[in-house]
Amino acid sequence: MYNFEYKKAGSVDEAAGIVGADDEAKLLAGGMTYIPTLKQRLAAPTTVVDLNGVGGMDGISADGNGVTVGAMARHAAVAASAEVAAAIPALADLASHIGDPQVRNRGTIGGSIANNDPAADYPAALVGLGATVQTNKRTIAADDFFTGLFETALGQDEIVTAVSFPRAGKAAYMKFPNPASRYAIVGVFVAQAADGVRVAVTGAGPCVFRVAEMEAALAANWSADSVAGLGISADGLNEDIHASAEYRAHLVTVMAKRAVAKAG
Amino acid sequence: MTEQGIGAAVARREDRRFVTGQGHYTDDINRRGQTYACFVRSPHAHATLNGVDTAAAGAMPGVRAIFVGEDMAEVGPLICGWAITDVNGEPFRAPPHPALAIGKVNYAGEAVAVVIADTLEQAKDAAAAVEVDYGLLDAVVDPAQATAGGQPQIHEAAPGNLSFEWALGDKAAVDAVFDGAAHVTSLEFANNRLVPNAMEPRACVAEYDAGSGEHTLHIASQNPHVHRLVMSAFHGLAPEHKLRVVAPDVGGGFGSKIFIYAEEVVLTWAASRVRRPIKWTAERSESFLTDAHGRDHVTTAELALDSDGKFLAMRVDTTANMGAYLSTFASAVPTYLYATLLAGQYTTGGIYCNVKAVFTNTVPVDAYRGAGRPEAAYVVERLVEAAAAETGRDPADLRKTNFVPTDAFPYETPVIMQYDCGDFAGSMDQALDLAGYGGFQARKAESKAGGRLRGIGFSSYIEACGVAPSAAAGSLGAGVGLWESANIRFNPTGNVQLFTGCHSHGQGHETAYAQIVADKLGVPYEQVEVIHGDSSKIPFGMGTYGSRSAAVGGSAIVKAADKVIEKGRKIAAHTLEASEDDIEFAGGNFTVKGTDKAMNIAEVAFTAYVPHNYPEGLEPGLDETAFYDPLNFSFPAGTHICEVEVDPETGSVSIERYAAVDDFGVLINPLIVEGQVHGGIGQGVGQAMLEHAVYDGAGQLVSGSYMDYTMPRADDVPSYDVGFNGVPSPLNPLGVKGCGEAGAIAAPAAVMNAVHDALRDVGVGHIEMPATPLRVWQAIQDAAA
Ligand SMILES: Cc1cc2nc3c(=O)[nH]c(=O)nc-3n(C[C@H](O)[C@H](O)[C@H](O)COP(=O)(O)OP(=O)(O)OC[C@H]3O[C@@H](n4cnc5c(N)ncnc54)[C@H](O)[C@@H]3O)c2cc1C
Repeated sequence: MYNFEYKKAGSVDEAAGIVGADDEAKLLAGGMTYIPTLKQRLAAPTTVVDLNGVGGMDGISADGNGVTVGAMARHAAVAASAEVAAAIPALADLASHIGDPQVRNRGTIGGSIANNDPAADYPAALVGLGATVQTNKRTIAADDFFTGLFETALGQDEIVTAVSFPRAGKAAYMKFPNPASRYAIVGVFVAQAADGVRVAVTGAGPCVFRVAEMEAALAANWSADSVAGLGISADGLNEDIHASAEYRAHLVTVMAKRAVAKAG
Repeated sequence: MTEQGIGAAVARREDRRFVTGQGHYTDDINRRGQTYACFVRSPHAHATLNGVDTAAAGAMPGVRAIFVGEDMAEVGPLICGWAITDVNGEPFRAPPHPALAIGKVNYAGEAVAVVIADTLEQAKDAAAAVEVDYGLLDAVVDPAQATAGGQPQIHEAAPGNLSFEWALGDKAAVDAVFDGAAHVTSLEFANNRLVPNAMEPRACVAEYDAGSGEHTLHIASQNPHVHRLVMSAFHGLAPEHKLRVVAPDVGGGFGSKIFIYAEEVVLTWAASRVRRPIKWTAERSESFLTDAHGRDHVTTAELALDSDGKFLAMRVDTTANMGAYLSTFASAVPTYLYATLLAGQYTTGGIYCNVKAVFTNTVPVDAYRGAGRPEAAYVVERLVEAAAAETGRDPADLRKTNFVPTDAFPYETPVIMQYDCGDFAGSMDQALDLAGYGGFQARKAESKAGGRLRGIGFSSYIEACGVAPSAAAGSLGAGVGLWESANIRFNPTGNVQLFTGCHSHGQGHETAYAQIVADKLGVPYEQVEVIHGDSSKIPFGMGTYGSRSAAVGGSAIVKAADKVIEKGRKIAAHTLEASEDDIEFAGGNFTVKGTDKAMNIAEVAFTAYVPHNYPEGLEPGLDETAFYDPLNFSFPAGTHICEVEVDPETGSVSIERYAAVDDFGVLINPLIVEGQVHGGIGQGVGQAMLEHAVYDGAGQLVSGSYMDYTMPRADDVPSYDVGFNGVPSPLNPLGVKGCGEAGAIAAPAAVMNAVHDALRDVGVGHIEMPATPLRVWQAIQDAAA
């Protein structure tokens, strides 16, 4: 690690003030991504602003419209939440398969989506359910939030405060994990979302994306068979030692099919 | 068997310390005035070193010294301790390997300079400021291409990137048998390259006492005396009596901590220059880049059978990747630890093996759990299974047809080994039972109904352990003797300290050795302390690797115990006023034959230290040392049977059942042995399905972190069914054979044979390790196309 100032923020405004005044200041949530980055000297921030002291940022609540998850809610809390399990069981299921117990007990939804790792799980849930991201400044539709590889719509002094997930009909997430990291090689979230059927894919490309053809097919007939014959092009998909682009494209179909079957 | 003697499943006494965080590892050691080393490492796989500018870095805060290769000219280069004579009778090419690179770097991660500073952060800051002028060269990465024309040349001293070509067996005779054979099975495959991944990374703390002139090196080592010997005799860092090497608790080795690496040589040398203790602990990415890797063979193998399925001959051609330099024992691995095991459990008539050991721009490759024997077992057992499939025979039956029969021991193989004993068919039968072989077809049908492919695979491995009879090893090129030492020291109050030259880094010696002493001398188990790992405390010893600690180290303990009993008999005879011949020893008591006159061993010890009434001429004290040189290797063997299920849609393979029956001779502690079997199989499963050290064409390690290098996890392996079929070895006083490597030797072939069996139904003929989902899916696609 390089040396930096450490500040434990007491409020979202205080944290926003610090990062707003200094482009080289960085927020810290669960630290599961950012601390390894610091330890490997891949980042040299001036100040690290710790959000762990901000009260009330980790709440999880449900009402008739859906579930709201505070940005600092840990993956383990979402996985174990009775509210989430009752309102959107697929979301709790997704959270329960992120990383390992240590990661789930530290990592947060805010940190995960702000980081927007192309292989992260949450982006699929946000896009798959048509969620809304709340920040200290505005609300952003999930479709507009994830803009590219490790890129989001967040500004430098913008802090995720919560994510609202509308209730859905049938929904499920299927993940084919990278054997080494257990992130998603391909993860597909399918849902009869509030605004229609959604199919969101993570892991396969540089950023989460939707598959319109599958959404249309499932809207017409919600069954695994409807998507079994639909494929996506391998063009532009990720390639690494674990999966070729063709393999990823193939897995999108398989995971979509299995997700629909799992959703019932 | 007593409650805590030989054969008792005693829980490991060291585990409480380890699992409660009270172990003492090298990185836990801190000295007053300690400084920290950070190595400047080449980011390039192959480059000339045109200059190293340390001026700016040297002026940075806290920096005590920066050294480059030229500064260490007086220090001897790193050595390979096993000389090979090649097919032309010439010595192998072992190019110089300076601890810090001079003139050229040959793999990514090679140390170019070392910065020593007051804090680790300061050392890292300064290391980043060292300016190195590299002249980039093309890299040689693929071992199969390394000796081809037009490849970049790595070492002047090794033309064509060849260290040696070596062969074992009579080629002409074997060729003739192949010409007349009814069936020939032929395979080509790689044995994938692995990163050892000990839980504790390599680490050292070097100190120099200017007053006494003594150097002390604390190091995560499997063999502290070997470190001391090589650092004295070859690097000239200090005479042996002025160099103390201590290997405290060590968190796993798997071979990777046998070797003498650059870092410990540099630190030991530098500590006397900066006159400060220096610490270095590898970061995980340094471990990936610089620990000696394992395996990495490319092989063509053929098996000739007659029309009854008898194995007539085997022909093997292997290219072994040595990496950029020959590491400490690298040359022995693809030769004497490999080709000599190609007979397997079978009566194969003739065997010929040719090995090319080549240099590439990758980190050196050396012994890794099993070292040569997993590669050999993979060759033999893949061939046998393929032959069974090709000739339409049941794989178990084909093996039984060819097993060395129980009445044929001692059995001389065509590849210079003499097997002492075994019951190969018995282990096979027991394994078939354990695996539920009879129910396999029903399980396969059930899988098929669910859209899955099920396969079963066998591995009837044999290995040579108990490394090694010194004279035999020496005649084959070893630079050291491979005996072991033990010192049993009674204290006046009757408890015992056992000093062993073996080293425990996961094996459970503190428990198992105490059981041997308790058993042999009748001392309560709790009163035996096992001490290892400190060259200033223990007699010279060779350390732990090659599953030698029970067969060689344990036998040394028995020999020392025998000496204790002999001396005790004299003391007891004197005290009990009987003749020595009338004294019997059992259960810790010296008894006058036919009487109830007795003296226990604690009383004898007390008398030895307080010799007021004592045999005339007998030395006081009860403190006996023995050195034991084994008569032969020992030959653990067994059959492992693996059952897998493949999801053809994704290519995922899951291991559904795994049965293992091993002959390790006598078990000192079945609980520890079973743990070793579990761990070994886990590593073998890792090799077969998960682990792969992948370099790209430029020589960059692509799988250089756990994000890409897949370690086996609990959910990757099933609950194993483990059984034993021990035939006591007649060649050592304990009848033991060795169990530390068996799982890693047997499992890759068992798993891969099962994967091949499952995929045969969809027309896949060949798949390489690791059988990742991508590879399995791709193979199914290719077969369908
Ligand atoms: C071993 C391991 C396995 C993992 N496996 C998975 C997996 O299977 N699936 C998966 O999805 N993820 C996985 N992760 C990632 C994990 O989910 C992390 O929690 C996540 O990437 C980051 O969350 P965090 O709270 O730790 O954020 P941090 O590491 O603290 O921060 C990450 C980034 O987000 C920024 N940030 C944090 N909070 C906010 C906020 N409220 N507003 C704006 N910016 C913010 C930070 O400045 C930083 O740039 C894994 C991580 C590890 C270490």
